[in-house]
Amino acid sequence: MTFRKYLILAAVAVFASCGDVCLARGMRDFGAVTAANWHQLFGIVLNPWVLTGIGLLLLFFGSYLTALSWADLTFVLPATALSYVLMALLAGLLLHENVTFSRWLGIALVTVGVGSVASGPAVTPTTLPKWEPRDPETRISKSAGSDA
Amino acid sequence: MTGTAIWAGVAAIVITATTGDVLQARAMKEIGDLGAIRKSQGILEIARRVLINPWFLSGLFFMALAFFSLLVTLSWEDVSIVGPASASLTFIANALAARLFLKERVDHRRWLAALFVAGGVVLLAH
Repeated sequence: MTFRKYLILAAVAVFASCGDVCLARGMRDFGAVTAANWHQLFGIVLNPWVLTGIGLLLLFFGSYLTALSWADLTFVLPATALSYVLMALLAGLLLHENVTFSRWLGIALVTVGVGSVASGPAVTPTTLPKWEPRDPETRISKSAGSDA
Repeated sequence: MTGTAIWAGVAAIVITATTGDVLQARAMKEIGDLGAIRKSQGILEIARRVLINPWFLSGLFFMALAFFSLLVTLSWEDVSIVGPASASLTFIANALAARLFLKERVDHRRWLAALFVAGGVVLLAH
């Protein structure tokens, strides 16, 4: 694990939580979704908070896929679970939601979980084959070779 | 909505979300280190390899199914129940599925991490 890889894991957690908080803030402008107003949901994508949220979640997806390209799923998921902690703290700060005692306890549990996995190996040896995109030329020559 | 229907909804979310995660992890494992590909062949090659990977595309499909099941289940029950129940169960299901289908070595440390995070997520939602 290099410093750059830890940065990418941090980016996964930060982009995920900030993106979700932005979406939640944007949906407050909309109000509750009901059977009467659901079709107006399409207009909400123009809300600046929702737009920012979608942008941040795209960045999250990019960094998440990058992390999965060099680390195990069972490493990436717990290691980036700090996003739940960040989300609770951001929701308390920006959306003025109440951070209760049980939430603090949850923050402690998640942190212990993250700490225990992040100190271990990021990837275990795998028996899965390496996947290479097939380009048309090699496919033709391969099939021609097998015919002969 | 009955309790059975709500739990069936949560089960649908957990199963589709886990399937999506495992397929996507498998895609990225096969494609290999994106940092190395970017250095040697550039960022467009990354986009090409990811977007034509069948595992990645089927992963996206299951993620969309998971999102749809979440929306439907949220219309039956509060987000404070559905959210943490599905998120924490997905953590545990992912540990099982990664062991079975991705052949990852899920040791004590990783099981503990999954359980702690799953428990923490439930508490965070209160």
